[in-house]
Amino acid sequence: MLKKIKRRYLALKIDSKEAFSSKEFMDAVWDALLKLYGEYGTSRSGLKLIDHDAEERLAVLRIAHGEVEAVRAALASVTKIQDKPAAIHVLKVSGTIRGLCIRK
Amino acid sequence: MKRVFAETHLCPNLKDVEQTARMIRKASELEYRLIAIPLPQDFDRDKTQKLQSICKEANVDFVSRVDLKPKTPRDLVNSLRKLRRRFEIISVMCESKHVARQAAKDHRVDLLNFPSADFRKRFFDKAEAELASKSLASLEIDIRLLLTLEGPARIRLLSMLRKEATIAQGFRIPIIISSGAKEELLMRKPREMAALASLFDMNKASAIEAVSKNPLAIVKRNREKLSPSFVAPGIRIIREGKDC
Repeated sequence: MLKKIKRRYLALKIDSKEAFSSKEFMDAVWDALLKLYGEYGTSRSGLKLIDHDAEERLAVLRIAHGEVEAVRAALASVTKIQDKPAAIHVLKVSGTIRGLCIRK
Repeated sequence: MKRVFAETHLCPNLKDVEQTARMIRKASELEYRLIAIPLPQDFDRDKTQKLQSICKEANVDFVSRVDLKPKTPRDLVNSLRKLRRRFEIISVMCESKHVARQAAKDHRVDLLNFPSADFRKRFFDKAEAELASKSLASLEIDIRLLLTLEGPARIRLLSMLRKEATIAQGFRIPIIISSGAKEELLMRKPREMAALASLFDMNKASAIEAVSKNPLAIVKRNREKLSPSFVAPGIRIIREGKDC
């Protein structure tokens, strides 16, 4: 029987004075992952953008279950998006998208 | 019980009160409940009280800290004699080997910090660790350099940090991870700092302790020592007066 692929969803806050498009944001995330873990490591992350709200500076990413700490480190290493100072903070990690919406 | 996180090296420009207040509020937003800000040695008491009140408003515990940058071991000993009873945390920025060795063996030093990215100026080796393991000093690692360096410089830094963390763990020296942030955008959440520590092979549990249990233990120990009722470790005055 096929093993079920486990995933994790990260709710993120983009901390910057500027607003960025989805592409600009994802370029920064891919770049950080590639710099820290190389192409092989990045390929294991299973990274996908689920949702992005440029005005609210919020985003939701889907990643592989075992790669939460690696992606968290890569996101923490982001200091610039499109050469403008920025930081990305993880607000919540959940196994389902619905879980991200439920406040503790 | 909810874990308490501590940021032991927040470096705002103290002349800019607005920026300092913003960074303190940011630390609170990022889930820190205790912060230490390095103060100048001649920082007056009124300004310290003002910082304390800002921290109280932001619901964080303020810890006074001083960063010593002595040129010689003699300077270090003199500074420690003068300052130990005035600050809750004393950190030594080890910029020479002689100073690093003196700092590691002195019981009055809380944190050993190696601020340089140059491997020739990082003196945390096995000899240093052996001295530190016999005193109370912890190794402090600032994340700021990891965030600001790029390319080969960051690769070299990561390799040095990996070596230092392994040595410290081998000699059971507590590791403290702090941001060393001079601006808000270089501040990170405690779990993000722990994730960054995984880059130099610290496991998750010890990385979380490095932003919570280890710094809190230093603050608790020093506050006890600085309290007027302290006599010696494990002995304190409970009651004073004629009826004793």
